Amino acid sequence: MSEPREPEFRIAFDGVSLKRGDRVIFDGLSCGFPRGRVSVVLGGSGAGKSTLIRMIGGLQRPDSGVVRVADEDITRYSERELFKVRDRIGMLFQGGALLDSMTVAENVALPLREHTRLSEKDIEAEVDRRLVAVGLSDAGQLYPRELSGGMSRRAALARAIVMDPEILLVDEPFSGLDPINVRRIEALLVDLNRHLDLTLIVTSHHMASSIRMADRLVFMVDGIAIAGPPDELLKNSDERIVEFLVAESDSFAEHHELDVTPLMDRRTLPDRRKKS
Amino acid sequence: MKFTLIENLGYRSLVVVEHLGRIAQFALRITACLLVPPYRFRRLVGDVYDAGVLSLPVVCLSGAVVGGTLSLLGYTTLVRFGAEEALGALVGLAVIRELGPVLTALLVTGRAGSAFAAEIATMVTTEQLDGLRMMSVDPVDFVVSPKALALLIAMPLLAGLFAVFALMGGYGIAVGLLGVDGGSFMASMEGSVKFWNDVIGSFSKAITFGALTGLIATYRGYISEPTAAGVSAATTGTVVIGSVTILVFDFFLNGFWGV
Ligand SMILES: Nc1ncnc2c1ncn2[C@@H]1O[C@H](COP(=O)(O)OP(=O)(O)OP(=O)(O)O)[C@@H](O)[C@H]1O
Ligand SMILES: [Mg+2]
Repeated sequence: MSEPREPEFRIAFDGVSLKRGDRVIFDGLSCGFPRGRVSVVLGGSGAGKSTLIRMIGGLQRPDSGVVRVADEDITRYSERELFKVRDRIGMLFQGGALLDSMTVAENVALPLREHTRLSEKDIEAEVDRRLVAVGLSDAGQLYPRELSGGMSRRAALARAIVMDPEILLVDEPFSGLDPINVRRIEALLVDLNRHLDLTLIVTSHHMASSIRMADRLVFMVDGIAIAGPPDELLKNSDERIVEFLVAESDSFAEHHELDVTPLMDRRTLPDRRKKS
Repeated sequence: MKFTLIENLGYRSLVVVEHLGRIAQFALRITACLLVPPYRFRRLVGDVYDAGVLSLPVVCLSGAVVGGTLSLLGYTTLVRFGAEEALGALVGLAVIRELGPVLTALLVTGRAGSAFAAEIATMVTTEQLDGLRMMSVDPVDFVVSPKALALLIAMPLLAGLFAVFALMGGYGIAVGLLGVDGGSFMASMEGSVKFWNDVIGSFSKAITFGALTGLIATYRGYISEPTAAGVSAATTGTVVIGSVTILVFDFFLNGFWGV
């Protein structure tokens, strides 16, 4: 997919391939994420969105190809070198990945305690600011096991942004959130992007917010990526994208008759039950 | 694919050798993390507390019972030679030189070692360790090394406690039940147990076992598969490998120590 003018890429994949066992996950994937912009990664479940995010963080190495983060080829980096790169990155894991032996506030404070010389009072203030931003101002003293799925993801987001990273990777920030919190998190992410010149990469199933936010869309299909500005991509004729979009959109049901008859035809099952 | 018996054996020995190499590397990493700042005192204290609290009841109870058993067993043997005044020496030496450190190590491996392995394995499964890595925090430094050191510290303390309870149990049974004279029991024990050889030797044994348990438990948790089955494999693996390793090391330590 050629683009009219190449934006300055903060993060770039070049011919990245990855196999897990016999499954091909990436097959020569190439794409870029422009600096200071919001890129939304779309793709069906199992398309490799989380794997892509983990690769940017250096948690997963490709079998071949190059991953560039902030102009550094991190593919062969040692753990120590990766730490330098990760200092500029905040990451929200799909499952939150909060430390369950610590309270929410301690989790959010952890990067500050590890990497800054702030006083306890300043740390507390920073933590509070982030918790308010994600709408968890009164959950600081709770333990992760006391949170709902959506709450722990928001707490994890607070932790991901507490060091004001240059690059923010967020895996499925909207899943499991009510509409008010979808709006809140969306506004927070856009705000961070605008005011801190944050390079933001979001994976999502949530089409409406994705298209509202995105400066750039990246579709993951069949182990490769198709990327471009939303308006261009949405007009695009690539049938795999169209198929995905139509399937995601609300009007899907009107245009397509989902064939569920195989599921409906269950009359034979009761007869086949094991008799006790 | 089909493997012959020989191929299978060869493959398995290679796997064992590879793991030994990795464990040695892991031990070096832990040592480096412990020596280089930041020092994680608060996490260490928490982990020593966990290891101690988990193992305390089981160690004390087992100690008392083992001491009592030793007295019963020793008395029936010694009384045939009319040497029941040597019961204190027998109980004292057996507990301090051998049973204290070894049984404590087995109990602590089963209780605290397996718990630490399960905790680390769960952190692997739930991406907590990856979360730390993304915050530029080394999980070996933050999570693993305090736990390994905690087991090393807790082990000699618990072994000492085990010995105290075992000697009390042995004394109680000998004096209370078997009618041995309390003064001669203590005198025979004092006469035979040497501080430098026996007590310090026992202490060094316990420290060695603590280091082994700490290393095996944390390593097994750290390399576990990110699944529920992986967590349970880490737990059982720690108990089995840890116990066998302790017994094997005990044999060789006794050999070098001399009687
Ligand atoms: N440890 C693993 N071993 C083998 N295959 C794996 C492993 N982890 C992930 N995969 C495979 O990698 C592919 C991509 O997984 P990934 O989690 O990146 O998908 P995803 O796009 O994030 O999906 P979702 O939207 O459900 O989160 C999947 O097909 C999965 O089967
Ligand atoms: Mg995912």
